[in-house]
Amino acid sequence: MKKKSNKKDLKLKFDTTWEYAPAPESKDHVKINTRYDLFINGKFTAPDSGKYFDTINPATEAKLASVADANQKDVDKAVKAARSAYENVWSKMPAKERGKYIYRIARVMQERARELAVIESMDGGKAIRESRDIDIPLAAAHFFYYAGWADKIKYAIPGADSRALGVAGQIIPWNFPLLMAAWKIAPALAAGNTVVLKPAETTPLTALKLAEIIQEADLPAGVVNIITGAGATGAALVNHPGIDKIAFTGSTDVGKIIQKAIAGTNKKYTLELGGKAANIIFEDAALDQAVEGIINGIFFNQGHVCCAGSRLFVQESVMDTVVRKLKDRMETLIVGDPLDKNTDIGAINSKEQLSKIRQYLKIGVNEGGEMYQSSCKVPSKGYWCKPTLFTNVSQSSRIIQEEIFGPVLGIQSFRTVEEAIEKANNIPYGLSGGVWTDKGSKIFKVTSQIRAGVIWANTYNKFDPTSPFGGYKESGMGREGGLHGLMPYLELAE
Amino acid sequence: MDSPPIDQVGVEERISRLTKRSIKKESKLSALKLALSMVDLTTLDAKDTPGKVRQLCTKAMHPHDAIPGIPQVAAVCVYPTMVRVAKQSLKGSDIQVAAVSTAFPSGMSTRKVKIEETRYAVNEGADEIDMVISRGHFLQGEYNYVFDEIAAVKEACGEAHLKVILETGELSTLDNIRLASDIAMLAGADFIKTSTGKVQPAATLPVTLVMLEAIRDFYYETGKKIGMKPAGGIATAKLAIQYLVLLRETLGDDWLNPKMFRFGASTLANDLLMQIVKEQTGVYQSIDYFSKD
Repeated sequence: MKKKSNKKDLKLKFDTTWEYAPAPESKDHVKINTRYDLFINGKFTAPDSGKYFDTINPATEAKLASVADANQKDVDKAVKAARSAYENVWSKMPAKERGKYIYRIARVMQERARELAVIESMDGGKAIRESRDIDIPLAAAHFFYYAGWADKIKYAIPGADSRALGVAGQIIPWNFPLLMAAWKIAPALAAGNTVVLKPAETTPLTALKLAEIIQEADLPAGVVNIITGAGATGAALVNHPGIDKIAFTGSTDVGKIIQKAIAGTNKKYTLELGGKAANIIFEDAALDQAVEGIINGIFFNQGHVCCAGSRLFVQESVMDTVVRKLKDRMETLIVGDPLDKNTDIGAINSKEQLSKIRQYLKIGVNEGGEMYQSSCKVPSKGYWCKPTLFTNVSQSSRIIQEEIFGPVLGIQSFRTVEEAIEKANNIPYGLSGGVWTDKGSKIFKVTSQIRAGVIWANTYNKFDPTSPFGGYKESGMGREGGLHGLMPYLELAE
Repeated sequence: MDSPPIDQVGVEERISRLTKRSIKKESKLSALKLALSMVDLTTLDAKDTPGKVRQLCTKAMHPHDAIPGIPQVAAVCVYPTMVRVAKQSLKGSDIQVAAVSTAFPSGMSTRKVKIEETRYAVNEGADEIDMVISRGHFLQGEYNYVFDEIAAVKEACGEAHLKVILETGELSTLDNIRLASDIAMLAGADFIKTSTGKVQPAATLPVTLVMLEAIRDFYYETGKKIGMKPAGGIATAKLAIQYLVLLRETLGDDWLNPKMFRFGASTLANDLLMQIVKEQTGVYQSIDYFSKD
């Protein structure tokens, strides 16, 4: 392919006189209590600590609710309830009956999908387009999928009997609050375990709504317990002697702390940690569709995605064209009110995360990177970051080496296939990646040599309950989703 | 030719995202009016008569005078033999007369005949020529033949604007549609157009997106702004607005006008009018309030 010359001074104008009028999703049907207690043994229970913290709407900075802060005693209570439910009810129940309860949770979730989507957007800042079309449907799909496994597990592992582990402690992040709860709870229950789940402190509301759904589904008391709190609550859960397994999704730093904390214990664990995925565009790719995939890969959920395609490698011959197309596309991204149906990019999840992202923007500029941000306007209140890309960066730049967890893309060029593979692998992480080429043989060559748990070809960020997800290297261990996702909740008996 | 490959799955995903844009209230009303101003009001029947064409021209100039502030359409599109009638009927207005040409809709004729027909239409007063490409030659890989033919018709057009109909429903793949778009633009098309309206499928959103992206790349390579005309099968206001969303987010403000974008349609105008009246008065009127010409 010959390099095409583009006239430099040409520019498309996306600031048009035809504006889209606001199209906000209604929140009239949504009920958020002023205060939420801990969900222990089937009931909402006041915390022993007597303490509550605020959860806010990151798009407006307005308080949404007070949420209980669980201390050591509360964790004890929750673990005890889970243990008792495991021994007396859940482990004795026929598997197909367990499956029925999981199906029921999935159905109620679907019935309340609109409410859940609106709350997810209010509490976490993500665009309603995503919570409505991705988070909530996918969360329900996980429950449906694992409900089906409940009474078929013994056929899935030929030649071996399996049994549940017991009580699973599960800690989930703030980027996909309800979806991560589903990823954790559904396989644990299907495999016959009981659960103590701790949602992230900035986004506890949909997990607490899930507690209501679990009540509505009549799940036996104590099978799922949901306790809210910050890091100390999580630490108390990890260190609790009464749990048999820890499932954690979050930062690599905390993952390492957990590994140290449970070393020498019998606790099993799965960790789904950070990432810094490479998206590789070859010169023979369908460029317009590749650019769309890159945009979705990095700006989906404000870039708060562990598998975000945050490093872009473009073959030199098409570098200028791709960067120009990316910039044009960024101009049409609508940043603002997460509840507006036309919003593409919502609010940054928290003040802390925003200051972390801003720190990295500064580092990027100081390192000599060329920063480009779309010309969109952002609201004056709330936490916002314009979609950003960096050119003139290199493998040694910190913004290329470290996970930013925000809408920031670093772009580098490459010349040969080997160089692309080497650079893609030259990172401590290995969660995901993407390859864009019209040539099938190149897809096989490249994907087989990139060390990452998930690699997409000519698409990105495709998720399905049947498909295992998880990382190599510092991106974690164990897999979630699919049959693979059941294994970490089972013990094989000879 | 050096056209980039097109990934159909990716194109369809982009369309499904673009069609989720929620266009309401004042942005809907301005979109409806903009769409109406972009309509090429079309009659291309073998049974067309001067009387029918005169009626259509009246509709073009006076879409719905009962409500103030409604724009005229962009053009009236007819067969070459009806150009003179249309031209007379539209005298004094800004409405263009477009003539289909080059053995429309099949294009199965000699180049000599096609050029003669084009000259005839231009002499009769056509402001715009809508030609068809030779799909048979294109599918045989004779791209030079297609290119030369378009260039020759362009020359025959003189001052008249040339719209090149690719008849995308016969080109089979999006890769072919992209290639045909590039050939047409390089050969001198002022507009590229999806379809004759005589072949199914006619215009679709994915095909239009691919053509808009071809126009975008051509603009960045040459600085020339080529127009776009989806034609056939766009019968509802809702669908027309989706096309405008595509246009807005692919090419931006410079293309959001009747000079750069047209709808080839016969029944779309009345649905647009009905929706405009609904937006302005709050109630739907019976279709009997809108003239059928």
